[in-house]
Amino acid sequence: MDGDHAIAEGALAAGCRFFAGYPITPSTETAERFAERAPEVGALFIQMEDELASIAALIGAAWGGKKAMTVTCGPGFSLMVENIGLAAMTETPLVIANVQRGGPSTGLPTLTAQQDMMQARYGSHGDYNIIALTPDSPQECFDLTVEAFNLSEFYRVPVIILTDETVGHMHEKVVIPPAEQIQVVPRNNYSGPKADFRPYQFDSQGGHPMTQAGDGYNFHITGLTHNERGYPVMTAEQSKIVITHLMEKINGNADQIIRLDEDQVDGADVVVVSYGITSRIAVKAIQDARKEGIKVGYLRLITIWPFCEKRIRELAPKIKAFVVPEINYGQMVHEVERGAGGQCATISVNHCGGAVHDPEVILDAIRKANQ
Amino acid sequence: MTTDIGKFKHDSPMSGVLRMDRMPHIWCPGCGIGSEVNAFAEAVKRSGIDPKKLVVVSGIGCTGRVAGYVDFDSIHTTHGRAIPVATGIKLANPELTVVVFSGEGDLTGIGGNHLIHAARRNMDIVVICNNNFTYGMTGGQVTPTTPTSAIASTTPYGNYEYPFSLPFLADAAGATYIARWTSMDVRNVTQSIEEALAHRGFSFIELISPCTTLYLRRNRLGDGVDMLQFYQENTVLKHGCDTRETAIDYQGKIVVGKFVDKAKPTYLEAVDKCAVKLVGDDYQLYGKTIPEREAEEKAEKARVAARRAAVLAAEQAASEKVVVKKVATKAPVKKAAAKKPAIGRAVPAAAAKKTPAKAVAKTVKKVATKAPVKKTAAKKPRK
Ligand SMILES: Cc1ncc(C[n+]2csc(CCOP(=O)(O)OP(=O)(O)O)c2C)c(N)n1
Ligand code: SF4
Ligand SMILES: [Mg+2]
Repeated sequence: MDGDHAIAEGALAAGCRFFAGYPITPSTETAERFAERAPEVGALFIQMEDELASIAALIGAAWGGKKAMTVTCGPGFSLMVENIGLAAMTETPLVIANVQRGGPSTGLPTLTAQQDMMQARYGSHGDYNIIALTPDSPQECFDLTVEAFNLSEFYRVPVIILTDETVGHMHEKVVIPPAEQIQVVPRNNYSGPKADFRPYQFDSQGGHPMTQAGDGYNFHITGLTHNERGYPVMTAEQSKIVITHLMEKINGNADQIIRLDEDQVDGADVVVVSYGITSRIAVKAIQDARKEGIKVGYLRLITIWPFCEKRIRELAPKIKAFVVPEINYGQMVHEVERGAGGQCATISVNHCGGAVHDPEVILDAIRKANQ
Repeated sequence: MTTDIGKFKHDSPMSGVLRMDRMPHIWCPGCGIGSEVNAFAEAVKRSGIDPKKLVVVSGIGCTGRVAGYVDFDSIHTTHGRAIPVATGIKLANPELTVVVFSGEGDLTGIGGNHLIHAARRNMDIVVICNNNFTYGMTGGQVTPTTPTSAIASTTPYGNYEYPFSLPFLADAAGATYIARWTSMDVRNVTQSIEEALAHRGFSFIELISPCTTLYLRRNRLGDGVDMLQFYQENTVLKHGCDTRETAIDYQGKIVVGKFVDKAKPTYLEAVDKCAVKLVGDDYQLYGKTIPEREAEEKAEKARVAARRAAVLAAEQAASEKVVVKKVATKAPVKKAAAKKPAIGRAVPAAAAKKTPAKAVAKTVKKVATKAPVKKTAAKKPRK
């Protein structure tokens, strides 16, 4: 199974029963798989008129009581950022997969890239927060899609699966465990007295219940700055309350959210920080470097946002350099550099997209870093 | 005209339909949106639908604020995106009645693509489009419906574009219920919304409405009262009118009526039909087979009909009482109307029919000036 199909299967396994999308290479297979599977699993698929509508429909479906997802890549994601803001502001759980291709603009429709890392985090206007995960294999596409839904439900936040054309189209064995072995966070709907009903609780925490239309609570949600009742309160004071909550429910729980994959990082002189498909290329370079006697650690970011700043800060004084290969002109490397805070060198191994790195290039960077 | 919902108290007849804790509202005196909301609230009451199962979705604009004042599940979305959000809600839970209430700029400008596609799919939602020929919230810019030659802040020398005729647009796109009224024709607006709530498929109701603060002022068309008179003199009732003949010229005749009301499978019915062919009778959506859903719908329909009958019976009884009272005290019609501004349809409809235009003007003016609407458009936060 390829990564795109695995995302659709992961969504179904996580209890997603609503999918709205718009075709775009290299992500369309996920939508096609969901459309094919929908009738037999009692789910609904709709191809919307564009990506603006796709994500808007997810917001509606989420408040209509269903777990919902869409899939796209750069050009479509650019259209979606409008309502990623609305979803973040209204604390609406939903999942978006971005199977990245090369940009900018129409760029490289069929070729790989990792150029939308910053867009995923900052694409919509204003201060808000999201969670993003970067699978490096079709199996992880399945696993992390389940996890994306779980995080999205718990933190009531849009979660983005930031994969890429290579992983999306890569065929590998995918093990789908029996349903009872898959940990799924169910939709948690409020059921208390109406007088106490609040669609929001601004306490910088996750775990708050949703509500669904039709349950009789007469919720109101708005993209305007609002109070816990959901009503507009457009003041500087309220803005501070809302934005602090939106930011801190993720930042403040980063330790619980972040998942990393490490190998021989402790005691290393050089640590290669990578994510997605680039991690698999980096493995080859790391093996070759170790054969040359260089002490190289492997640090793979499974959770890309929130960024693992704390771990980077811990490692920086103990190593000579971080090496950061990524299929973009240098995006996450700035986060690594910021986390390192000048305690060690940070070396970018950038690539303008259309292909994965040549492992030799990463190996060269490791050698340089070790000097 | 009435924009007096801001006066409502918690024991108001509109409590349970409007969020009293959010009053007063932001709309200007004389703005058509207030009476439309009254008519909507009244239509919901009379329709018999379970208020719990009603969701109102708005976009952005003065009209976009409607979602914030109605006491149902409600979503104030982004500019232009009310229809796709409504689509998501309806498809996630087909038992819900979903109404989009928004402005013409929102629905036909930035959101125009969503409008035509929801109509094309015969998505089972109601779209109420307040058409005031202007972007009210942002200070009166030209919109896709502004008549040619009308002045707007961005067409200071007159609009040189051709406007959409919305019934024609909705018809061409596939809407299965289409009506147009002026916001002051509260009785027909109410009835039309009731019909649309009961209609299966995509309903589009265009409400021509005065933006007193911007469109009327900028075009020197007087105030809301002058517009009331204008509407009275210039609306042409033509049920079933060919939608190609519903264009509106600057200060020209306004064709109103119910233009389209036809049956066609809805989006979800089409999905069901396709899926059942594939999966067989076991086919279920969200865990419910088609016969199960049909049985539930039938039961709900019976409850709706019973509630509606009860509301209409109570109304009948009340109106008989009023007649008796009127006869007894000989209270003039004008006063009786002015006394119950809560029900929007009472004022203009009753007053317009039974009193001369000038008297209507006075009554309406009184109501309008009394309304505790504090904010003018100029003070409003621009969005
Ligand atoms: C994406 C975006 N563009 C522009 C705006 C600014 N804006 C707010 S309301 C509005 C016009 C609304 O006009 P209409 O839908 O006719 O509603 P009205 O105020 O007339 O009721 C505009 C352009 C916005 N909020 N979002
Ligand atoms: S600006 Fe115009 S549309 Fe907006 S509330 Fe005032 S009168 Fe109504
Ligand atoms: Mg308008």
